[in-house]
Amino acid sequence: MTRSGVIRSGVTRVAVVDYGAGNLVSIEQALTAAGADVVMARGPQAFSGADALVVPGVGAAAPAMSRLRRRGLDEPIRAWIADGRPLLGICLGLQLLFEGSDEDGADTLGVLPGRTIRLEDAPRLPHIGWNQVERRRAHPLFEGIDDAADFYFVHSYAAAPGPGADALTLAETTHGARFVSAIARGPLAGVQFHPERSGRDGLRLLANFVGLAAAGAAAPAPGAMLRPAMAG
Amino acid sequence: MLRVRVIPCLDVARGRVVKGTRFVDLTDEGDPPELAERYAAEGADEIVFLDIDAAPDGRGTLLEVVERTARRAFVPLTVGGGVRSVTEMRDVLRAGADKVSFNTAAVRDPALVRRCARRFGSQAVVVAIDARRRAGPDDPGAGWEVVVKGGREATGLDALAWAERAVAAGAGELLVTSIDRDGTGAGFDTQLLRAITDRVPVPVIASGGASGPDDFVAAVRDGGASAVLAASIFHRRRHSIAAVKAAMAVAGIPVRFATAGVA
Repeated sequence: MTRSGVIRSGVTRVAVVDYGAGNLVSIEQALTAAGADVVMARGPQAFSGADALVVPGVGAAAPAMSRLRRRGLDEPIRAWIADGRPLLGICLGLQLLFEGSDEDGADTLGVLPGRTIRLEDAPRLPHIGWNQVERRRAHPLFEGIDDAADFYFVHSYAAAPGPGADALTLAETTHGARFVSAIARGPLAGVQFHPERSGRDGLRLLANFVGLAAAGAAAPAPGAMLRPAMAG
Repeated sequence: MLRVRVIPCLDVARGRVVKGTRFVDLTDEGDPPELAERYAAEGADEIVFLDIDAAPDGRGTLLEVVERTARRAFVPLTVGGGVRSVTEMRDVLRAGADKVSFNTAAVRDPALVRRCARRFGSQAVVVAIDARRRAGPDDPGAGWEVVVKGGREATGLDALAWAERAVAAGAGELLVTSIDRDGTGAGFDTQLLRAITDRVPVPVIASGGASGPDDFVAAVRDGGASAVLAASIFHRRRHSIAAVKAAMAVAGIPVRFATAGVA
């Protein structure tokens, strides 16, 4: 559904990219509980009028990318990010921001340098359950959430920022080896865990994202889109 | 560190949570969304929702109840019972489930596991194995047989071989129920659990036989389980999730203690 022409209220509008990937009920419900006005975006026309995008997703990269392309969503997502607008990738939605996936060799959106790799030295895979998210730097996304708080994970692969892109890393988690469990660059953020399934702390993180999106919408600042020189 | 999950199971028939001994003599235990919300608030790490009506009667999963449950509990939800196709799995995921559990349908059509894993990823595909000891406890070498239809039908399949095949086909997790122990309160079958956790690289959820916190500890310590599931001891408030987790923590098992507030 398009919202163009609708008079903007004070409510932050979040478009959830719907490309047929799994459970969208909980993400919609959790964002609503976090104070957002949620629209499901089955096509790019639903981006207009939105203050922020959420890219959810579970499963493998190749089928996800082909469904994004079929619905004409891949280029509009890239353009959204290039415009410096707020976006949160969740699980596969985070992985797709990088250049490609070792899971099935798929080329992904390529907005961030690095690849999605299989978790190393893991005692069991998939990595399913609650695990600690250890902060590597302060960020408003984690405002009000204890360092090393537990969040819910369900995955076997994780994004590995490329050489020189360490600055992306917001948080790390250990399952066998350490992996990157949250990233951010300007208004672009991603989490490997599922905040919509992570109880109170998860709802807080989503509320923080909605708050950041509202602040960005209130004061659009193209200069806020920092693009530090990064390899790749 | 990854926490060991404590999972209340909601056996659902005709839209109500029920519990019986060995899948018979069912009694009404409450409304699924209401119980799910209560458990989430009490620290449930995940909720398993089994439509036990679906397999024996050939009915579809109650999508509406799944959705109402998913909207009230912000913890992961696994749904099983009567899902027989990729399309049905998609519908259950879209209703608000995070994972779908296959039992009879996977035994009949192991390729279904592969198709669903390819479409939705292994992490969303759970294979539930109901296992029965082939002989008495005096003969541990006889192994376990897979049974279906709530234990009413034997398949002739060896449970350990089926566990390996299911994982090879794409199952990202196994839910292993001892039909001998289910509903008896005699404790989990830790030999069965150990035999399976030694053979597969995926997480195994222990089920069937819990009567107290010590049983949960044994399922993890002796059985190698990554998660432990129970129904009636939680429904009837015989033990709280917090009490179970406290006992596990004392035994040195990593568990999550939920922060207060709406979970």
